[in-house]
Amino acid sequence: MAAIATLKDLYETLSPGLPGAGAAGLDRLRADGYARFLADGIPTPKVEGWKYTNLRDLAGVSLAPAQPAANTDIDLPSVAPGETHRLVFVDGRFNAALSAVGTLPQGVTLDSLRGLIEASPAYAAEVLDRFPAPKSDTGLRVGPNPGRGQALGLVGLNGAFLAEGAVLTVGEGVKLAQPVEFVFIATATDGAWHPRLLIDVAAGGEVTVAEHHVARGGGATFANIVSGVRVGEGAILRHAKFQEEAETALHLASVTATVAASATYETFVLTTGGRLARTDVQVRLEGSGAQTRVSGTYGVDGSRHADFTSLIDHVAANCTSREVVKGVIDGRGRAVFQGKIIVRPDAQKTDGHQLNRALLLSDTAEIDAKPELEIYADDVKCSHGATAGELDEEALFYLRARGIPADTARALLIAAFLDEVAEEIGDERLRGHAMARIQERIGRLTGITVDTDATVLGE
Amino acid sequence: MAATEQTVEQVRAVTEQKYKYGFTTEIESDLAPKGLNEDIVRFISAKKGEPEWLLEWRLQAYRHWLTMEEPTWAMVDFPKIDYQDSHYYAAPKAAKDKPKSLDEVDPELLATYEKLGIPLKEQAILAGVEGAGEMPAVAVDAVFDSVSVATTFKKKLEEKGIIFCSISEAIREHPELVRKYMGSVVPYSDNYYATLNSAVFTDGSFVYIPKGVRCPMELSTYFRINASNTGQFERTLIIADEGSYVSYLEGCTAPMRDENQLHAAVVELVAMDDATIKYSTVQNWYPGDENGKGGIYNFVTKRGACRGKNSKISWTQVETGSAITWKYPSCILQGDNSVGEFYSVAITNNYQQADTGTKMIHIGKNTRSTIVAKGISAGKAQSTYRGLVRILPKAEGARNYTQCDSLLIGDKCGAHTVPYIESRNRTARVEHEATTAKISEDQLFYCRARGLSEEDAVGLIVNGFCREVLKELPMEFAVEAQKLVAISLEGSVG
Repeated sequence: MAAIATLKDLYETLSPGLPGAGAAGLDRLRADGYARFLADGIPTPKVEGWKYTNLRDLAGVSLAPAQPAANTDIDLPSVAPGETHRLVFVDGRFNAALSAVGTLPQGVTLDSLRGLIEASPAYAAEVLDRFPAPKSDTGLRVGPNPGRGQALGLVGLNGAFLAEGAVLTVGEGVKLAQPVEFVFIATATDGAWHPRLLIDVAAGGEVTVAEHHVARGGGATFANIVSGVRVGEGAILRHAKFQEEAETALHLASVTATVAASATYETFVLTTGGRLARTDVQVRLEGSGAQTRVSGTYGVDGSRHADFTSLIDHVAANCTSREVVKGVIDGRGRAVFQGKIIVRPDAQKTDGHQLNRALLLSDTAEIDAKPELEIYADDVKCSHGATAGELDEEALFYLRARGIPADTARALLIAAFLDEVAEEIGDERLRGHAMARIQERIGRLTGITVDTDATVLGE
Repeated sequence: MAATEQTVEQVRAVTEQKYKYGFTTEIESDLAPKGLNEDIVRFISAKKGEPEWLLEWRLQAYRHWLTMEEPTWAMVDFPKIDYQDSHYYAAPKAAKDKPKSLDEVDPELLATYEKLGIPLKEQAILAGVEGAGEMPAVAVDAVFDSVSVATTFKKKLEEKGIIFCSISEAIREHPELVRKYMGSVVPYSDNYYATLNSAVFTDGSFVYIPKGVRCPMELSTYFRINASNTGQFERTLIIADEGSYVSYLEGCTAPMRDENQLHAAVVELVAMDDATIKYSTVQNWYPGDENGKGGIYNFVTKRGACRGKNSKISWTQVETGSAITWKYPSCILQGDNSVGEFYSVAITNNYQQADTGTKMIHIGKNTRSTIVAKGISAGKAQSTYRGLVRILPKAEGARNYTQCDSLLIGDKCGAHTVPYIESRNRTARVEHEATTAKISEDQLFYCRARGLSEEDAVGLIVNGFCREVLKELPMEFAVEAQKLVAISLEGSVG
């Protein structure tokens, strides 16, 4: 594959110039990543987890580091404008001028990874080692398991070019009032970036994190993001991601989170897709009483492709997971949902629920869904539901019979359908932003602005 | 927890029960030499006196098979099969000169089927339903190792123009029908096991129901593997012409042996306009012993094509046997308004592994499919539902409903659900639901409080769990299936 050769060349050329090159710890991390990339390569549709998202498009994009456009006047998305701790990355590079960390309480650190490496490569390597990495093999599955060990090439690639990203640590018992925001802005016409986002919330800590990926003139860019998340005992992390890049952009993200006893990890992903956009979330519930809420929504049109893949791994007993993913597909858009719940042999008293629903708005839209249960303990309650279809004709008729124009009725029903996902979000600021973005998306898809908070029916 | 411990105890009790059909019949066999090569394919074809086109088809399949790799995606684990270490043809010697009537069938064989509870006598009333004088009879095609040894009620069926015979006979007597339809649903290149079957299939059943005929009795094939070191590769082809109806039953057993025996069958169904085929299976191949030794590898390709408008194909299966099951009875819903159904109960115990499910491919307008799959896992077994619902762009108004429920008994087994849903039509509606749980203590308590023994309570609950599927079975099979469920589960859950 041409992309692999290009990436090999890039690694040879760029690695000596990366920050901290020559420092043992970082050299090891990058070499490991590169080795993983060489071993696994770029996943093909033959790899089970990549059946519906074909990376052949990588061959057509520039894989060299993106060159930011000269534009400095950039408006930044925010879940609580002026009241967040913010790190900004322009085309994958940390931008100090646009960032605003503000005053952090005692026990909280928020650094750009590049800054951390430049200050102390050894310490940076130590921090990086602390975070969980995704696994391609759960070690459970019966049979030869095709695709085992073949899916982590992109994560490896991220490691090979390790330089940019952010590290947030929240100390024991510290509750951060203001959200932390990571803002990624695409301005380049093409090019790639491989940031690493790390969030560590120590026991009893609490924090809200918003991650934005937006285009401000960006074109056929390629973001390859790897995130590591640790939620300590009794800690709470609310994590929302808003991916709203260009139709030509490629966005591939892998998130691995470990959740300790009685801790909560809430994650929400909004995606408008792209040439290919995929978020792969792996959550491991490792301590008794851990819980996770995974929710997501997508609105794809044109030729956009959105892939939401998740693996919720019940390692410990008495854990709860709940997943709700709903989206709409228009034009020649395509959405993929893959969600797996694993219940390991000792994870008795597991409660795991998953719901995935897709609305098809056009005759050329496509949904591919694969909700999976893999269960090795008997005292469990697990379920999943999946539906695909168009808007309910009866509901449309009902609204129209009450004098609402067809377009508005459609928009209203779509809004009602998607609102359910936003309601899964616990943090008000994240929820408010999610609802606003969903409304904007519906407006774009239907041409109608629907304010679900207002009295639309006029009475 | 007391109930859990008891469950484990009872699973063990059941486990130690002998497989009822594990006996062997001492019967002289005509065996092909061990191994698989073009000569063996020719040998089989020659034994059957086949026409040239069929030999060519077999060889084509064999050559293609050499280029293929065994599928590894299913959640089943077994040592690599040595395809050269098996006989690909085994026939009871006496059957060499095919008996002309039932009276000439080797009494040893008749006794075997008697013991299995399969009457090869043309009696109108089934054992067990005496008194139900009006019960329709069941016509049976008995396949013993590689060959069909007897087919009953042929004459009576011929009166209506129905053809029911072994596939070998159909190749001789009705080559035009076989040639037209064989491989038209499952092409020889379809998958590893189907391709192997295409090369070496030995016998199986053939059914043709002419236009507008409602088959007056249940048709049934009873498969028996007897010889050791053999594989069974049968091929069944059922064609229901316009406006016809047929209900077909299939049963299978094998002796208890330490070795694993391979069973790779292909079943093709074709339903024309307004035709209905109902296909029921009670699969009770030897599952291996409680340590996972021995048992049948059941790698089967079953597929039905709803070619005509308003046609319907309904699969019902009760899978209790086999060490490993790899089986996905599917429907290609091509005709407008055609209907596909899949009702399944899969019970695994000890070290059994089952990866089974269905594919519903919606091509035509207003096509409908229903999938109800119940998986029950006990002991150290692994049970997987794997299914695909695919809605193609032209399937306006297509509809699918899927429900998969798993029940776990004990903490050493696994139950998995792997559904694939692919929809490319806006107006299609697809709904999928799956649940996994164990028998609730509340339900048990409720039944116990009303005086039921633990075992009866469990039997009741499990029967309720499976009811949606079991009620789809024809009466003739329902009795057997319910008993099977009872044997496999009544003790194991309580």
